[in-house]
Amino acid sequence: MTIQGLWDSGLFKHVNEGEDMDREITKPFCCDLLSIAMSKAPAGGAWVTVMGNMNTLAVAALSDTACVIMAENAHLDQTAMNKARVQGITVLETELPIFDAALKIHQLLSRDEEKL
Amino acid sequence: MEDAIRLTYQISPDDFTRAGEASSDVKKKLKQMGVSPEAVRKVSIAMYEGEINMVIHAKGGEIRVEITPKRILMVLDDVGPGIPDVELAMKDGYSTAPDEVRSLGFGAGMGLPNMKKYTDRMEIETKLGVGTKITMVVDI
Repeated sequence: MTIQGLWDSGLFKHVNEGEDMDREITKPFCCDLLSIAMSKAPAGGAWVTVMGNMNTLAVAALSDTACVIMAENAHLDQTAMNKARVQGITVLETELPIFDAALKIHQLLSRDEEKL
Repeated sequence: MEDAIRLTYQISPDDFTRAGEASSDVKKKLKQMGVSPEAVRKVSIAMYEGEINMVIHAKGGEIRVEITPKRILMVLDDVGPGIPDVELAMKDGYSTAPDEVRSLGFGAGMGLPNMKKYTDRMEIETKLGVGTKITMVVDI
């Protein structure tokens, strides 16, 4: 599934449409500690977190994350929002808890694999 | 040296809004040069961790990057307190970061270990009350 596929899935609210919407998502990733996310976030991952400061966006960009999903109704602050726009990072939102949000993404990815 | 590209960045202390700008710029340039995604990722992670450390702990500093066809060299030179016990600082989970830094999601004591993990060579020169110089190399 591409970022566009996740964007169009209807499961998450749209916050910022990034530049690389055709990129494939590899797997969901859950973490709120940026130090850990920096070293463990998989390239192409859909990162589910509640940390909405601008450092989240810096880590997402540098670790080559595909997109960021803000869970638990958490929001990006204004500086982070600007960073997402400037860096062209796709950001979505949901009221779901972190695990449930990641599970939804996992199910979408599995469904895609079954089709192949 | 032949075919070397040199970049220099000034890092401001305590400015979390700009932390990561130098690393992002290097990442962008490496991608444009067609460096492998794996090497770009290693450089990005190692340099960002170093940049964050300079913002948190030092009174600013300078990062110099030299790119050749064979390797990427990063020299992080700060004016800061120095590291009293390098061996301890290199341990996973050891941190002296203040609470406000932790509330931003950092300070888990993984910066230096991550820098070592994602580079092919790393050297730390530090002097208490003077500063720290970290040299890292990622082979291409």
